[in-house]
Amino acid sequence: MSTTHLNTHDAHDEHHDHDPAPHNVFGFWLYLMTDCLLFASVFATYAVLFMNTAGGVSGKDIFELDFVAYETAALLLSSITYGFAMICAHNKNKKGTLSWLSVTFLLGAIFIAMEIYEFHHLIVHGNGPQASAFLSAFFALVGTHGLHVTAGLIWMAILMIELVVSGFGSRTVTRLSCLSLFWHFLDVVWICVFTVVYLMGAI
Amino acid sequence: MSILGKLSLDAIPYHEPILVTTFCVIVVGALALAYLLIKYNLLGVLWRDWITSIDHKRLGVMYIVLALIMLLRGFSDAIMMRLQLALATNGDPGYLPPHHYDQVFTAHGVIMIIFMAMPFMIGLMNIVVPLQVGARDVAFPFLNNLSFWLTAGGAILINISLFVGEFAKTGWVAYPPLAGLQFSPDVGVDYYIWALQISGIGTTLTAVNFLVTVFKMRAPGMKLMDMPIFTWTCTWANILIAASFPILTAVLAMLTLDRYLDFHFFTNDGGGNSMMYINLFWAWGHPEVYILVLPAFGIFSEVVSTFTGKRLFGHKSMIWASGAIAILGFIVWLHHFFTMGSSANVNAFFGVATMVISVPTGVKLFNWLFTMYRGRLRVTVPVLWTLGFMVTFTIGGMTGVLLAVPGADYVLHNSLFLIAHFHNTIIGGAVFGYLAGFAFWFPKVMGFHLNVKLGKAAFWCWLIGFFMAFMPLYVLGFLGMTRRLNHTDNPDWNIWLYIALVGAFIIMAGIICQLLQLYVSFRDRAQNLDTTGDPWNGHTLEWSTASPPQYYNFAKIPTISDIDAFTDMKEKGEAYTRHESYEAIHMPKNTASGILISGCITLMGFALIWHIWWLAALGLFGGFVSLVLRAYTKDVDYYVQPDEVARIENAHLDSVAKG
Repeated sequence: MSTTHLNTHDAHDEHHDHDPAPHNVFGFWLYLMTDCLLFASVFATYAVLFMNTAGGVSGKDIFELDFVAYETAALLLSSITYGFAMICAHNKNKKGTLSWLSVTFLLGAIFIAMEIYEFHHLIVHGNGPQASAFLSAFFALVGTHGLHVTAGLIWMAILMIELVVSGFGSRTVTRLSCLSLFWHFLDVVWICVFTVVYLMGAI
Repeated sequence: MSILGKLSLDAIPYHEPILVTTFCVIVVGALALAYLLIKYNLLGVLWRDWITSIDHKRLGVMYIVLALIMLLRGFSDAIMMRLQLALATNGDPGYLPPHHYDQVFTAHGVIMIIFMAMPFMIGLMNIVVPLQVGARDVAFPFLNNLSFWLTAGGAILINISLFVGEFAKTGWVAYPPLAGLQFSPDVGVDYYIWALQISGIGTTLTAVNFLVTVFKMRAPGMKLMDMPIFTWTCTWANILIAASFPILTAVLAMLTLDRYLDFHFFTNDGGGNSMMYINLFWAWGHPEVYILVLPAFGIFSEVVSTFTGKRLFGHKSMIWASGAIAILGFIVWLHHFFTMGSSANVNAFFGVATMVISVPTGVKLFNWLFTMYRGRLRVTVPVLWTLGFMVTFTIGGMTGVLLAVPGADYVLHNSLFLIAHFHNTIIGGAVFGYLAGFAFWFPKVMGFHLNVKLGKAAFWCWLIGFFMAFMPLYVLGFLGMTRRLNHTDNPDWNIWLYIALVGAFIIMAGIICQLLQLYVSFRDRAQNLDTTGDPWNGHTLEWSTASPPQYYNFAKIPTISDIDAFTDMKEKGEAYTRHESYEAIHMPKNTASGILISGCITLMGFALIWHIWWLAALGLFGGFVSLVLRAYTKDVDYYVQPDEVARIENAHLDSVAKG
């Protein structure tokens, strides 16, 4: 009987074990691909509707590229700092992981704060999402990304609490890896948003 | 606005006798069920072994139970519509006023596609796929339970709309601007949105779960191209789900923003573009029909191969034909609205792409015929459904090719010809397939056989009823009758409407036969037990387990060296080996988190429909907290001890030896 033990059982029980890393990360990556298609749908909508300004403002009138450039810098930098956090996590360096996660969290929070400021600024000047199809699509696309980043921040906070309370459990690195995929994915999406919405809109 | 948002006593339709009667029947039924559960002391069993279960087989059974209940609901809608159209001729208004009739046809479409066909397909997939690939469960068993309860949550919402408020009056596609706030200010469309949104997320998670299962958890030796054909067609369907359901999520979210926050995606004013909705909707909606039908093709393949006692002809070509259908299914969505007015070249592209789909479908049909060729076909109930499908679906396919000609479509668009076509393919393709699968795998799942006489009676009623109900609709389409009419006054149409009504009643007789079949088979189960686990001389791994399968599926994961893995084991004499000892098996524990999270999200959906903002926030928060608590739980698994495994395995092998 011991022959079956070698190849089959262990490989197939992995997903029930405390460290189900390979399945979890692959599964999460597949989920990200579905998320990617969700973004693709919203991008397509923006591409169709961005000229429908209904006599109101267009991108050229409202985008402040300098402001968005700083916003972008904060988010891109947070990807690098998350990378440092992952290096520390792989070395089971709790203090380093927590420090870099804190920096990442701070940069992410700055990004979200700047986005909320931009939205607020637009709305009080009468350029809210109700003003035209262009603004509806703009708020929806940038807002969808913003909601994702916010969810990422909440997730990050939860993982940091888990790390403080119980240290590196067997599941922690897997979970940090999934959030890492999520965080970098949002960075890539933001680069598309920055290019398609802001850069192309400001031309 | 009050603390209950838009919800008040006016929302209860107590002035509608049909709804009040339905409500009373359901309440009496629910009380009777509760009484029986308490009398036989089954509430605990229901909670421990079913509701909180994360066993893929039990979840599969629950999906199919949901599908059968929703079949009854959706079919009631169907017979009400047929009756209305048979009565409301020559100036008679019939018995269903338009505002009620419109809800009935919308509910019929949504329920049959999203809450009957999808759960039926996902239920069969849940039961069979992990067994066929030699896995002990799916990759994420808890997520599987959550997916089921999200689907059930959506189904509950849509059924609440029957008695609290109203359902959408827009047709199952809910096109804006009709579905926008301006023309549908009531809660109907909101019920539609949240029922679809919540169940759709469950479906997306299911697809991710099963893709990881087949890519990462196949038994050793099973190469990707050696996976059984049903598993392969489900895999293509899951790829389609993962690629198309996010589009539905996005487009429903945009419609939500239009309706709740005055956005202008699809409105007539403010620069909105309602054709954007229609494009996105069908970019999901067209792949959706292949999600429904590909697994059915897989079932027919298993049935044909098993009951001819031969290997499936062209296993590889079957996989690639499915793949071709899946990919082509993504580039044909515009054929749902040739009349939008795109240029002739655009319409021609989508028309030709649509017609091309009939090529891989033809490959499949010939593969089934070649499998049967010179085989000895045992005409069982699953085979009857398969033969019925091959005839019916061919007709549906040909009318589809006809509709794919843009010029013809301009004449037939939104006529009853279209209605006849898609019922021809969905009933004759998907539903016949699921019913074949139901009869095929029933003894495996429940451990006893279905009554054959009633099964055959059900098939003939369905087949004859189908032709009588839908062939007249082709004629009516040619005579110029459009869909969604509440009443007619063209004497030439009457006879066809009467024939269609008779057909619907014959289908009803088929459904009654199936309910009787379940009752009779359960009553006589002691005489019809499946003691071997292999009642049909099956080819694939699910037949190597007991009936019903051991909860851990496989005491030892088999090593695979052939496409028909179990046939191979039987030929080599490796099947039913008695082992001297077993190892402990690592298993996940049941959990109430799935129903808790889904319950909170469903509550949130209900609150959003009625604009009860505090309750929506509470529901969302509750769902979030339940999820986090689940993430922190460490007590999620246990070991089945070797002596327990040995006891179960020996009992099975003794039962096989006795025959």
